[in-house]
Amino acid sequence: MGFIWFWLVAIMLVAYVLFDGFDLGVGILHPFLARSEEQKQIMIRSIGPVWDGNEVWLLAGGGTLYFAFPLLYASAFSGFYLALMIVLWLLIGRAASIELHSQMEITVWRHFFDAVFFISSMLLAIFYGAALANVIRGVPLRADGYFFLPLWTNWRVGPQPGILDWYSVLGGVIALVALAVHGALYLAVKTGDVLQQRARSVGRAGAGLLALLTVISLPATIAVRPDSLANYKAYPATVVVPVVIVLALIGIFYFSTRESDHLAFACSCVYLAVMLVGAAIGLYPRLLPSSSDSAMDITIDKALSGPHTLHVGLAWWALGMVLAAIYFVIIYRMFRGKVTLEAGSYGH
Amino acid sequence: MIRITALCLPAVIRWGIMTALLLDRIHFGFTVTYHYLFPQLTMGLGLLIVILKTIALRTGNARYNEAARFWARIFTVNFLVGVVTGIPMEFQFGTNWSQFARWSGGVIGQPLAMEGVFSFFLESAFLGLFLFGEKRLSAWGHWASALMVFIGSWISGFFIIVTNAWMQHPVAYRILPDGVYEVTSFWGLLTNPWALLQYAHNMSGAVITASFVMCAAGAFYLMENRFPEDGKLFLRVGVIAGFISCVAQIFPTGDLHGRYMAKHQPAAVAGMEGLFHSQRGAGIVLMGQPNEEAQTIDNPLVVNDVLSFLIYGTTKAEVGGLDRVPRDQWPEPLPLLYYAYHIMAGLGTYFVLLMTIAAFSLWRGKLFETRWVLWPLMLSFPLPYIANTAGWMTAEIGRQPWIIYGLMRTSNGYSKYVSAGNSLFTLLGFMGTYTVLSILFLVLVYRILERGPSAAASAPKEAPASLITT
Repeated sequence: MGFIWFWLVAIMLVAYVLFDGFDLGVGILHPFLARSEEQKQIMIRSIGPVWDGNEVWLLAGGGTLYFAFPLLYASAFSGFYLALMIVLWLLIGRAASIELHSQMEITVWRHFFDAVFFISSMLLAIFYGAALANVIRGVPLRADGYFFLPLWTNWRVGPQPGILDWYSVLGGVIALVALAVHGALYLAVKTGDVLQQRARSVGRAGAGLLALLTVISLPATIAVRPDSLANYKAYPATVVVPVVIVLALIGIFYFSTRESDHLAFACSCVYLAVMLVGAAIGLYPRLLPSSSDSAMDITIDKALSGPHTLHVGLAWWALGMVLAAIYFVIIYRMFRGKVTLEAGSYGH
Repeated sequence: MIRITALCLPAVIRWGIMTALLLDRIHFGFTVTYHYLFPQLTMGLGLLIVILKTIALRTGNARYNEAARFWARIFTVNFLVGVVTGIPMEFQFGTNWSQFARWSGGVIGQPLAMEGVFSFFLESAFLGLFLFGEKRLSAWGHWASALMVFIGSWISGFFIIVTNAWMQHPVAYRILPDGVYEVTSFWGLLTNPWALLQYAHNMSGAVITASFVMCAAGAFYLMENRFPEDGKLFLRVGVIAGFISCVAQIFPTGDLHGRYMAKHQPAAVAGMEGLFHSQRGAGIVLMGQPNEEAQTIDNPLVVNDVLSFLIYGTTKAEVGGLDRVPRDQWPEPLPLLYYAYHIMAGLGTYFVLLMTIAAFSLWRGKLFETRWVLWPLMLSFPLPYIANTAGWMTAEIGRQPWIIYGLMRTSNGYSKYVSAGNSLFTLLGFMGTYTVLSILFLVLVYRILERGPSAAASAPKEAPASLITT
């Protein structure tokens, strides 16, 4: 049961990163790709009808985490207190900027919300990457299962870590670049002409940078967390993870050069998903490791809810996911095609 | 528990613990109160929009479609503020109430997760279809997407009420060896009688808010003589829905909920009514100020025997007062509980009065010329927000000092390693963020009202970039 729920929660978080990831990427690229008010409008419109549904994955995933692993939810959410609160404010700011940007025909109004859109998207990407890095690195868990981390201390990975240190900042930068590439490849699918050309070249250049960062992340992770390869050594089949990551990066580069935008975007989805799955394999069966004493680790067994909860949960979860998949197919079919600025239309 | 141990600690640390607990309570109280200003309108309007679409479909009257589009614009702005202020709610169980979250997650995590899975996906997908799809969908398809948005918002409300009801009246649970609560019957959790009563009372309250808002817009347009025909339409729908929901709010939903509460949370009812001493033939206090020290009501205005009658159906019955409750189990802050309840009940009575008069004038065909009724209809729209807020405060303060009634004290539920300083920092942050959000919200709603419901005025000059169109 613990195994199943570990991966179900992981799947929901992967879905969140894939879907909201391109929303964030569009926000990160917004000031760099769009050169005119019209292009800015098109960029926002490309995510306009879907960002809100994409964000639901965060809520649904968070709720599922809460009921399947209450101890993890309680410990992590209170321990990363300040970072989580900042994430909440950034989510509010980003939603406001997407929705309010076009409401007024006032230049400074639009410039202001352009800036909010960019800054909040960028910081969210960095915080998400840093969050994952914190989970991999481990936190100073106490005997009662709780901890509290300040935002930063001395930026070192040591006995007194902060949420931000060199390793989690590296995680943040990787997430920033990865989501920017993801957003660029999404824009290459959803836009035409100049914007599409620029998005493709950003995707290509970004893929190179991303490959470099991915290579750096491996020794960094082993330095911070020497035991993170244990599962990989124990299960040789897991070697597919690094292989797929390399193939996905090559695919991004190859397909965006060939202007096969859909395939390039698909490769980016594979890259993000397998990176996250790779981190999850490294963690399993821990949910939140301790930075000092592995006896304090929050493991699946320690945090798992009671059996009845989880059995019933499996039934409604499966039903809910089928429904969610149907809604997503309907909504993405309806808004398929290139984004234009004609009134009363969306896409084609 | 914490209170006893705290007494042995040095004064500074004791103060720190008390402050952290108090700040965490204010933190949740502030963010949830602000949040619920938006869903109450969303849920109520969701129903009214379906009614407008249904009438449009059955009569072929285009004005009803136009009205649905107009209210969908208001709905969308509301919905989005509700979404962004709702995300912090789900996070706060973990951030500020981690001990509570840890022990109760196996029970209340379930409805919270189900809300995300069953309601939010549904709502967000069909809101997109409803807003962008009117030209592409058939009339029935568009009606169905409005219906799905309405159902989504009401499912969301249901799961939240199930969560709260379990904290008010825990059922279908057991305690595992490690101290964690677990559901023993999923069905029992969903059909908690407290949840069903609270849900009925709450949803009727949401329809009241939406009806008053619709009436206010209608009365404004009519008296201003702008879009008078739309104004009349809003008044017709708003007054009828308002009359039904205002009556339903008191009878049967409020009445049943109150009796059930008197049975299972006698301390809360005694506090709400300001009944310090148990009494045969207890009177109802209409006004007065509770004096906790002297255990009396100052300046009381009392109607004899009525409380006994309302709870037990006979004027002679004995109603238990706070003297039956150990002092450390009194709801606190007691005066706020008393005032919240009295404000809710007082406003509820006013709503029935106003809507009865309005419905009567509508029936006689005189409402649109009767300015002394139109004026209060226009001005009263903030009051349901106050009444709904006061009702929730009654429920939540009435539950104190328990976070799970009878099982876990609030003072054992907060995050012990989040310092008072950190809580205050984020509380202030939310206050600032929500102030800005309020201003932007009012600007947008003002623009929608200013442009009005007529089709010509509402055609956008450029294609909308996102969900909101003003």
